[in-house]
Amino acid sequence: MSGLLEGKRLLITGVITESSIAFHAAKQAQEQGAEVVLTGFGRLSLVERIAKRLPTPAPLVELDVQDTEHLDTLADRVREHVDGLDGVLHSIAFAPQSCLGAPFLDAPAEDVAKAVEVSAFSYKAVANACLPLLGSGSSVVGMDFDARVAWPAYNWMGVAKAALESTNRYLARELGPRGIRVNLVAAGPVKTMAARSIPGFSELEDSWGDRAPLGWDTTDAGPVARTICALMSDWMPATTGSMVMADGGVHSLGS
Amino acid sequence: MASNEEILSGLGEIVEEVAGVSADEVTEEKSFVDDLDIDSLSMVEIAVQAEDKFGVKIPDDELANLKTVGDAVSYVAKNS
Repeated sequence: MSGLLEGKRLLITGVITESSIAFHAAKQAQEQGAEVVLTGFGRLSLVERIAKRLPTPAPLVELDVQDTEHLDTLADRVREHVDGLDGVLHSIAFAPQSCLGAPFLDAPAEDVAKAVEVSAFSYKAVANACLPLLGSGSSVVGMDFDARVAWPAYNWMGVAKAALESTNRYLARELGPRGIRVNLVAAGPVKTMAARSIPGFSELEDSWGDRAPLGWDTTDAGPVARTICALMSDWMPATTGSMVMADGGVHSLGS
Repeated sequence: MASNEEILSGLGEIVEEVAGVSADEVTEEKSFVDDLDIDSLSMVEIAVQAEDKFGVKIPDDELANLKTVGDAVSYVAKNS
């Protein structure tokens, strides 16, 4: 039996540990027949070890989204491993400590600017850098945390996610004529390295399971990973500029 | 199974490689964060290397409990 992603070539960013959402997305994608190339940032030796723990060890290319040379050469460096791409997962975000869990009113402008650059502008930057490799029918997916509302502790990261959501709509508009779909997965909280580094975020995580109509397991990135794979597949061909909610249904509730 | 001394010296090598702390500094009573000044991502990398080296599994929740080098040595000894 062939998998959902048979023959698809995917570039997956954002793997840092085995708990990373991107790691689970890469794993599921490989199990569904995809060929995966990873990008790594900073601790390449760590990412390399984690890449070896995938069902099929994946090649790794370095990508700092704030480094224009990395971006300019990305397509060529990816091409050393695959001759084109059918999908790109953007699973990258960062905010200085002043922006997360700290008093919202005190964060300085330069910290907010950095959060927006790394977490939202980079979505455009990565998609743009991959354009030479992306053909009609390919899919760009980004990771979101529903930013239509305000959350405890999430603060300026939430503002950056709102910028990501808007970037998603403009990218969809821009890339639609090339047949490229651009969508976000708005996930419920998953206990990743990134989530652990947000002071006060655990309260939100702990109540999610009780609130979600379908329930929610913060230690299981599997449902989010499968949603990413669905968007990478040929089975959501008319969906672009969307936020697909993979949160157990919490977004649909008032209180 | 490795002895505690072997685990300690193996951990020392890993900590030196990952965090640039001299392996001699890595003794049982030292706290990773307070004494050896190791940040959370370095801790993850140390754990991943320890998993590969000693054939143990260190879940994230367990990792948070490994405050001192001694904690890590006994965890590896117990679980490898």
